[in-house]
Amino acid sequence: MSVQTQAPAQAEAAPALVARNLSRWYEVKGGFLGKPRTVKALSEASFTLHAGETLAVVGESGCGKSTLARLVAMIEPPTGGTFEIGGVKAQGEALKRLRTDVQIVFQDPYGSLNPRQRIGSILEEPLLINRPDMPKAERERRARETLALTGLRPEHYDRYPHMFSGGQRQRIAVARALMLDPKVLVLDEPVSALDLSVQSQILNLLIDLQERLNLAYLFISHDLSVVKHMADKVAVMYLGRPVEIGTRDAVFAAPRHPYTRALLSATPKADPRQKRNRIRLEGELPSPLNVPPGCPFAPRCWKAQPICRQERPELSGAPTLAACHFPEA
Amino acid sequence: MVDASNLPASAGAKRPGQLSEFWRYFKENRGAVIGMWVFAAFVAVAVLADLIAPHDPIVQYRDHLLQPPFWVEGGSWEFPLGTDAVGRDMLSRLLHGARFSFYVGVVVVAFAASGGIVIGLLAGFAPKWVDTLIMRVMDIILAFPSLLLALVLVAILGPSLTNAMIAIAIVLQPHYVRLTRASALSERSKDYVTAARVAGASKLRLMFITVLPNCLSPIIVQGALSFSTAILDAAALGFLGMGAQPPTPEWGTMLAEAREFILRAWWVVTFPGLAILVTVLAINLMGDGLRDALDPKLKRS
Amino acid sequence: MALLEIRDLSVEFATAGGTFRAVDGVDVSVDQGELLAIVGESGSGKSVSMLAMMGLLPWTATITAEVMRFDGHDLLGMSARQRRRIIGRDMAMIFQEPMSSLNPCFTAGFQIKEALRLHTDLDRRARHARAVELFEMVGIPDPEARLRAFPHQLSGGMSQRVMIAMALACDPKLLIADEPTTALDVTIQAQILELLTTLQQEQGMALILITHDMGVVAETAERVQVQYAGQKVEEQPAIPLFSTPRHPYTAALLAALPERATERRLPTIPGIVPGQFDRPPGCLFAPRCRFADDRCRSTPPKPASPELGLARCHYPLTHAAEAEA
Repeated sequence: MSVQTQAPAQAEAAPALVARNLSRWYEVKGGFLGKPRTVKALSEASFTLHAGETLAVVGESGCGKSTLARLVAMIEPPTGGTFEIGGVKAQGEALKRLRTDVQIVFQDPYGSLNPRQRIGSILEEPLLINRPDMPKAERERRARETLALTGLRPEHYDRYPHMFSGGQRQRIAVARALMLDPKVLVLDEPVSALDLSVQSQILNLLIDLQERLNLAYLFISHDLSVVKHMADKVAVMYLGRPVEIGTRDAVFAAPRHPYTRALLSATPKADPRQKRNRIRLEGELPSPLNVPPGCPFAPRCWKAQPICRQERPELSGAPTLAACHFPEA
Repeated sequence: MVDASNLPASAGAKRPGQLSEFWRYFKENRGAVIGMWVFAAFVAVAVLADLIAPHDPIVQYRDHLLQPPFWVEGGSWEFPLGTDAVGRDMLSRLLHGARFSFYVGVVVVAFAASGGIVIGLLAGFAPKWVDTLIMRVMDIILAFPSLLLALVLVAILGPSLTNAMIAIAIVLQPHYVRLTRASALSERSKDYVTAARVAGASKLRLMFITVLPNCLSPIIVQGALSFSTAILDAAALGFLGMGAQPPTPEWGTMLAEAREFILRAWWVVTFPGLAILVTVLAINLMGDGLRDALDPKLKRS
Repeated sequence: MALLEIRDLSVEFATAGGTFRAVDGVDVSVDQGELLAIVGESGSGKSVSMLAMMGLLPWTATITAEVMRFDGHDLLGMSARQRRRIIGRDMAMIFQEPMSSLNPCFTAGFQIKEALRLHTDLDRRARHARAVELFEMVGIPDPEARLRAFPHQLSGGMSQRVMIAMALACDPKLLIADEPTTALDVTIQAQILELLTTLQQEQGMALILITHDMGVVAETAERVQVQYAGQKVEEQPAIPLFSTPRHPYTAALLAALPERATERRLPTIPGIVPGQFDRPPGCLFAPRCRFADDRCRSTPPKPASPELGLARCHYPLTHAAEAEA
């Protein structure tokens, strides 16, 4: 329990999560006799997330949002940059202690629960590992408490995962993530695999839990309508780099980066009467193996000038930070 | 947060349990069910050999050398399946032979599987160079004809049933290593394993508590199939004089002893041969059924 | 006369736990050159009904229908071989996972030419020319080079374009797209949807779009049919469907969309889609419906009048205000 007695004094004031220039590069073999190449899955991601707040990370596949989730959840170490949790730098000795402060909920509720474990033991496992001196009765009490908190029923305690629907499994996954009283919850596409009618149940659950437990959410998603509903702040990523960061209202009302605008206009609206002139993006996402020099979005951008292909723009400006040489006003 | 609590009691309750579902699939394969009953009879015989055998398997009745089975002229009910060249009762020897075969199967599978599972999990979770090392050693073992390798091992260790079992276990082990490693690798990348890692589970816990139970179904199938391989190999070693030593009533050894009487007394060869055939066939049929029932890929939805 | 007409289609699967009715009395009718969207959640039987019509279901499926007619041919009384001949030529289907729909062992060009060889009597050179033409039609840049590419060298969006090109190889009268953009990114999804709708208009081809995404439906479809637990619960043109849904399920589904949310907590539909073991005796939506009464729980409803969107409900919603409530 030393974890809790040491940190609080500074944790009260410090943001739940601060990332500074987080990067993750992979070396891949370049085929037979080829030179090894670097995949820049994530480069220089910086942001601050306070308790009770939701930062949504949006982008298409290969934009590095899942890599970011894995770094923050301490599944992989960053190859560059640092991050702090509750004011404590996540490196070396501190890593082990901080591990309980960040928990993760995965996209696929069918793959994220061990099919051979009962729900009770799935929930108690984190306690068993991290608080070995806790008596069994106490563990069970907490597991049952969390079951109730996440809208599950007490009799579910003895069941196996295959007896549950996708939505209920996602509740169980959320319950497991809550067992260690984390400060930060990484939600990696938590509703993407769910049906619409179940999706809203899980989103409501997440909203309630955040209000009640003052959790900080790092919400990874590709669905802009969900992000718009959930987020306080939004970070838009493209090819491993954040291209625009700002408050939800600013990003959705007046996006400054052309990619954000394209993404917003490409998202289908459930209103057949609304005819919009969509921004047509030509071409495909370049491979993260050969990120173009200069602005990564330049090859697909309709506003690109020669400078965009030579010099990479930095995040700057207001009301949102945008990495663009020619941002919208 | 109350959304789920006002559901009708979860649909899961009425869904058939895993075991009954398994049984339903297994039952569909008639060969497998027959195999299972034969195997059950085999186990019963192995356990109860002392009680049901009419004679002591190594007592020699010098007045009844090579007596034929009861339905052949010259046979009698005293020795229903006849006697061998030194006057031992064939039926009693066969019944006791079942015990040895069962013993060989159980011990070999237990050793091969437990060793193979541990090495396989290690290979699946270890750094790449350890994995490569282990798998290359396994490839080398697999590159030898298995019986030949077992023979060499027994030749080094000295012929006895125990050494034969050790040799067979070593020869069968790589199959378990490969199987375990392959399913450990595929399980390891699943989210529930990552979730356990995020919760802080140690590598040992991940290997044996999180991943292993999910790799078991192919291993169980392999266990059933290598049970029969073990019996067959032990009999082959016995036949070559490298396994159980006379007067042990082991089926392979019985065949070897009877070799010179093939033309004069067919029963001394036929019955041990039939016993091996029926047992191995039954176990293989059962193993096939197990595979069909446990492998989700072959299930129809 | 409709191009495709299916009446009272049911599909049952024999499973370990007894029979499971995946599709229950579904009607589908599409006219020449029309765009119909079939929308529903998982388990609504939207894909299964199309697969059944094309004869692509495993042997455990039992298919019954009153009428199943395509372009004047009666599919019910037809042998599997005859049906395949029509399906390959006049009816084509594309699937959700473009990456796994292409055979990884052969180049994209070989696969499209193989389709042309089977269904047309073009010679080698003509097939090549046609393949290039098709690739250009679906907006694949540098078609000559892409014809030589293996599937793993193509991105998801590009693979889906190849699949569409293959489906168009024989100028089909009907294209069935089963969740064609679900596995793709939004910007690519926009491209593919635009391609599909343009092709449908330019080629005068009928298109059935199967999807779970209300946004995709709203942006593309002319007519929409909503399925729930294997039944068709409502059918309306797109615009009235979104403004005045008639079935409580459609209304609840639309209300649950985050973009329609008026407050922080989203309206939800309690419970889950009934499965094999908990199929209610009356209306299938009754256990989750807030308007349900005893009649709904005991008697299965019949479809209402066309003005009420053929809603399979005892009490179809009649006012826009009520629908939004």
